[in-house]
Amino acid sequence: MAVIYEKTGILTDTPLHYCPGCTHGIIHRLVAEAIDELGIQGKTIGIAPVGCAVFAYNYFNTDMMEAAHGRAPAVATGCKRVNPDNIVFTYQGDGDLASIGAAEITHAATRGENITVIFVNNAIYGMTGGQMAPTTLPGQVTTTSPYGRDPALCGYPIRVSEMLATLDGPAYIARCSVHDVKHIMDAKKCIKKAFETQIAKKGFSMVEVLSSCPTNWGMTPREALNWLEANMIPQYPLGVKKEVE
Amino acid sequence: MGQKMLMKGNEAIAEAAIQAGCRFFFGYPITPQNQIPEYMSKRLPKMEGGCFLQAESEVAAINMVYGAAGAGARVMTSSSSPGISLKQEGISYIVGAELPCVIVNMVRGGPGLGSIQPAQSDYYQSTRGGGHGDYRMLVLAPSSVQEAVELTQMAFDLADRYRNPVLIMGDGLIGQMMEPVEMPDYHPAADLPPKTWAATGWTPQSDRERAIINSLYIDPAVLEKHVNHLYEKYAVMEQTECRWQEEMTEDADYILVAYGTTARIARSAMRKLREEGIKAGLIRPITLWPFPSAPIAQAAEHARAFLTVEMSMGQMVDDVRLAVDGKKPVHFFGRTGGIVPTVREIITQVENLAKEGK
Amino acid sequence: MALLTIARETCKGCGLCADVCPKKILALSKEINSKGYHPIAVTDQEKCIGCAFCARMCPDAVIKVEK
Repeated sequence: MAVIYEKTGILTDTPLHYCPGCTHGIIHRLVAEAIDELGIQGKTIGIAPVGCAVFAYNYFNTDMMEAAHGRAPAVATGCKRVNPDNIVFTYQGDGDLASIGAAEITHAATRGENITVIFVNNAIYGMTGGQMAPTTLPGQVTTTSPYGRDPALCGYPIRVSEMLATLDGPAYIARCSVHDVKHIMDAKKCIKKAFETQIAKKGFSMVEVLSSCPTNWGMTPREALNWLEANMIPQYPLGVKKEVE
Repeated sequence: MGQKMLMKGNEAIAEAAIQAGCRFFFGYPITPQNQIPEYMSKRLPKMEGGCFLQAESEVAAINMVYGAAGAGARVMTSSSSPGISLKQEGISYIVGAELPCVIVNMVRGGPGLGSIQPAQSDYYQSTRGGGHGDYRMLVLAPSSVQEAVELTQMAFDLADRYRNPVLIMGDGLIGQMMEPVEMPDYHPAADLPPKTWAATGWTPQSDRERAIINSLYIDPAVLEKHVNHLYEKYAVMEQTECRWQEEMTEDADYILVAYGTTARIARSAMRKLREEGIKAGLIRPITLWPFPSAPIAQAAEHARAFLTVEMSMGQMVDDVRLAVDGKKPVHFFGRTGGIVPTVREIITQVENLAKEGK
Repeated sequence: MALLTIARETCKGCGLCADVCPKKILALSKEINSKGYHPIAVTDQEKCIGCAFCARMCPDAVIKVEK
């Protein structure tokens, strides 16, 4: 019998701490598979965020650094500048990247920093218990927007990929989703493309992945993916936002 | 020793760092330390593998330092008081992850935006950790441009030896003043530990463990053990890295305690007082942490009193009092807000103590 | 026929694999694992076509597919 599919060795055997049905695990797997298929394990350094993925250093079987909240692109910059032949990626959530780390991601992008950013957008702060995120949808109920996010009070969600795509620095920016198998396969292609962009020394690459949070959205895993498809994709259209040949 | 040159303190520190093998610098403009990043921006791009990067903020700069140090490089950043406050988050993480780096603070008046003139009002912040959590940094306080050069080079070795950031605490005057300098021939200490912990790329076939640069220990028992480990390093630093200079303390009735720029002024005052027949001496801490308590405690056996002089409202004076332990009076004179005390002011302070028999 | 091997101890019983299975041959088992979850189980291995949709959907990488 031939193996059709099995867990890549770029993921350690440490069980993921994520809640049942949380799609962080899928995105971890796609990143690990891309590293595996590109044969870059020995060159890769991952930068973990603060947020649900804070323990990413336990899961990726590569050298890892754990950054302060929002600072992963700055840590990646320091690391990459020391060893430009290393492949450096950050893995960040929406609070980390689009709120407290908005300056770091913007400037890493505009510098064309030759790193890869995996941006997991689930429209909520998961680790701290479901507070409003910079990407929370208008009207979405969270523990700090109990009456629904009111744009008059706290503004509108940020479309990070579109915003960064206006800059001259980035070489590749795409948004994808993991709500079904087809989109998971597409996301894998985008993530691989982002790493290839870095390997080719073209500059900054980022893949925004729409992700679910069944626990803090108060849904079953299946309901959460349905909600993602119905509500998040209209707000955050999928597709390649920037690609420099 | 090389050729004697006339150099500004800030530029001399930058050149000394380069001589010590620092090839990475991340910073953000702030007065009065701008000549350090400016000098680095000229020199580092011309050096093999060298990189100067002006970060988007002090916060980003210190986190770039974290990334570069984690990758095993000799790396430095510099700033001045308000910028150093912003760096405290990163410094705490750097200590927690046990990364070596050198940080320069050319202290200016505070609080808030304060002034751009020299001050020493960041003593508490520098010597008590500064950011969150249980930790210390080695704090080196040069009082001349030549000493700034020597301490900068030593700082890189100390940082690597202890895997802990080292802070060079100058002030606006040390940074802006020009003095003759000889750049020493730098050789790293022969017994520095190899950086086998650095994140440089790993596979299961590598001859080291997978690198995880991290300060998160979610299990309280494990975190307590980690902090105890840090404090074991600090105990060694206290035993072996304490540095100070004593002048004319053997027979002194009045001991002046001052560091950095203030120590130069106190030295002049001490000499004038001696001419007047008042037996004054000077203890100049070179490491502010670890603090040279031993020579101060020893001087307390015979001196009549101490006068601590600072460009602050009195911060180091607390450490002097702890060292003297109530055996003798410890007086304080300070100017703040960017005002530098004068020789005359210090003389008057000591004359008054002598007159009043204190 | 294809073969699914399920790491029962790391399965969190989210059921996403069962949703995407075109042959509907995955279901949560009655037993619980040491983490307290009902792990997924194959109800009819004979019908498995080895599409690996389940493995690609699984957030915890618990499914190995052979054919």
